[in-house]
Amino acid sequence: MKFNIKVWRQAGPNAKGGFKSYAVDGILPEMSLLEMLDVLNEQLTKQGEEPVAFDSDCREGICGTCGLVVNGMAHGSRLKCTTCELRMRHFEDGATVTIEPFRAKSFPIIKDLVVDRSAFDRIIAAGGYISVNAGSAPDANAVLVPKDIAEKAMDSAACIGCGACVAACPNASASLFVSAKITQFALLPQGQAERERRALRMVEQMDKEGFGNCSNHAECEAACPKGISIGNIATMRREYMRAAARYEERAEAAGAG
Amino acid sequence: MSKPCFVKSTIGRKVIAAISGIALMLFIVVHLGGNLTMLVPDNGATFNAYAHKLHSLGPLLWVARAGLLIFFLGHVITAIGVRLDEKRARPVGYAITASKGGPSKQTWSSRSMLITGLIILLFVPFHIWMFTLNQGADHARIVQHGVEMKDVYLSVVRGFSNPVKAWAYVAVMALLGFHLRHGFWSAFQSLGALSPKCAPVAYTAGLIFALLMAVGFLILPLYILYFGPDPETLRVAMN
Repeated sequence: MKFNIKVWRQAGPNAKGGFKSYAVDGILPEMSLLEMLDVLNEQLTKQGEEPVAFDSDCREGICGTCGLVVNGMAHGSRLKCTTCELRMRHFEDGATVTIEPFRAKSFPIIKDLVVDRSAFDRIIAAGGYISVNAGSAPDANAVLVPKDIAEKAMDSAACIGCGACVAACPNASASLFVSAKITQFALLPQGQAERERRALRMVEQMDKEGFGNCSNHAECEAACPKGISIGNIATMRREYMRAAARYEERAEAAGAG
Repeated sequence: MSKPCFVKSTIGRKVIAAISGIALMLFIVVHLGGNLTMLVPDNGATFNAYAHKLHSLGPLLWVARAGLLIFFLGHVITAIGVRLDEKRARPVGYAITASKGGPSKQTWSSRSMLITGLIILLFVPFHIWMFTLNQGADHARIVQHGVEMKDVYLSVVRGFSNPVKAWAYVAVMALLGFHLRHGFWSAFQSLGALSPKCAPVAYTAGLIFALLMAVGFLILPLYILYFGPDPETLRVAMN
């Protein structure tokens, strides 16, 4: 298969970027979009041109490292699919494929298609954890969790933190990512100790990072490779309102953790 | 950690937009109910009696008006704030944007909330001028069942006999329909009231609500323009 690749090139964080078009040939239909970029990069290296920088790691849709906006859609046109799982057979032979980085002020571009998603790490550090006793492992099933609750928590925990929700959101909101973590822990007994503090702090950090507000377009759910539902965002709002009503300063003064 | 300010947070602002939006939706339901009394074929007697009843509420009417103004301003300010956040959060846009479909609820309605909202915002002062402040040179009044009252029906008939005004109303009401198509379900989602199971029900209910409101409101100008009485002869015949 042949493609015309229109890709965003940017030498560094503060460099001026722009689109460049490249022709690639000999692409197999079973290749992923990233493998197609590998072919392009070999070609560029042979020509003495700088290869296109992009993020990838596991290449099996579980790590959340890859993430490109392909023809205007985060992770491409397929539902519940990461960029690394997107096969070239889903494109028409000879088509122009436009590849852009995730665009958000909170995801600054490092180079070409690589963006800095450490804003997500700071949101998790603000409250996306539970406190446990270090030392010997606790007994299995010492804390009972009903099966249906465990399943629901797992649906939220399926988030791989790729940031496609932010990329796809017309407002560049991180609500789906943040809400998945808040929901996961709010459902589980282990998450109760820091429940209010977590909701307040994670939302506060999300706002501080400069992500946009959520207008309920639900485009994030469509872009999410794990199909995480915007029901999580509804839960996050309830959790936040509950926390805003119940939270008392003493929780902090007592020195949890 | 000090307690963060609820109304400054992204979630708090959406909650304000949602509560004020629901209040405004309740208002337009009542407003539409009142308007539809104009369809009673009694030369506006029912409608005038309804309007007179509202006016005779006295201080209560002013409380209601103040409440409405607060909800309206709250809705406008928070909604514009959401849009400004959006601009800040993505300073460099995409060359191509497309919806992925599937569970996405991104539509022309959802993307145009600010535009449809701003048009409604511009429309409201005209609307209040046309039917509440400006009663015409003769301050149209009528005596019904021995009570003298404002002849609001005559003002409306006069207004909508003008095809430009009538069709402008129709256009704004159609845009209101688009605003409600996303706004109805979005308000409940913003309040965290929707589980994944009831979200589709609310989304469909939003479509039905938007259609009912838009059609309900735009029927009147069209009815009066094409089938209504002539404003010049309406009250002459009665006197």
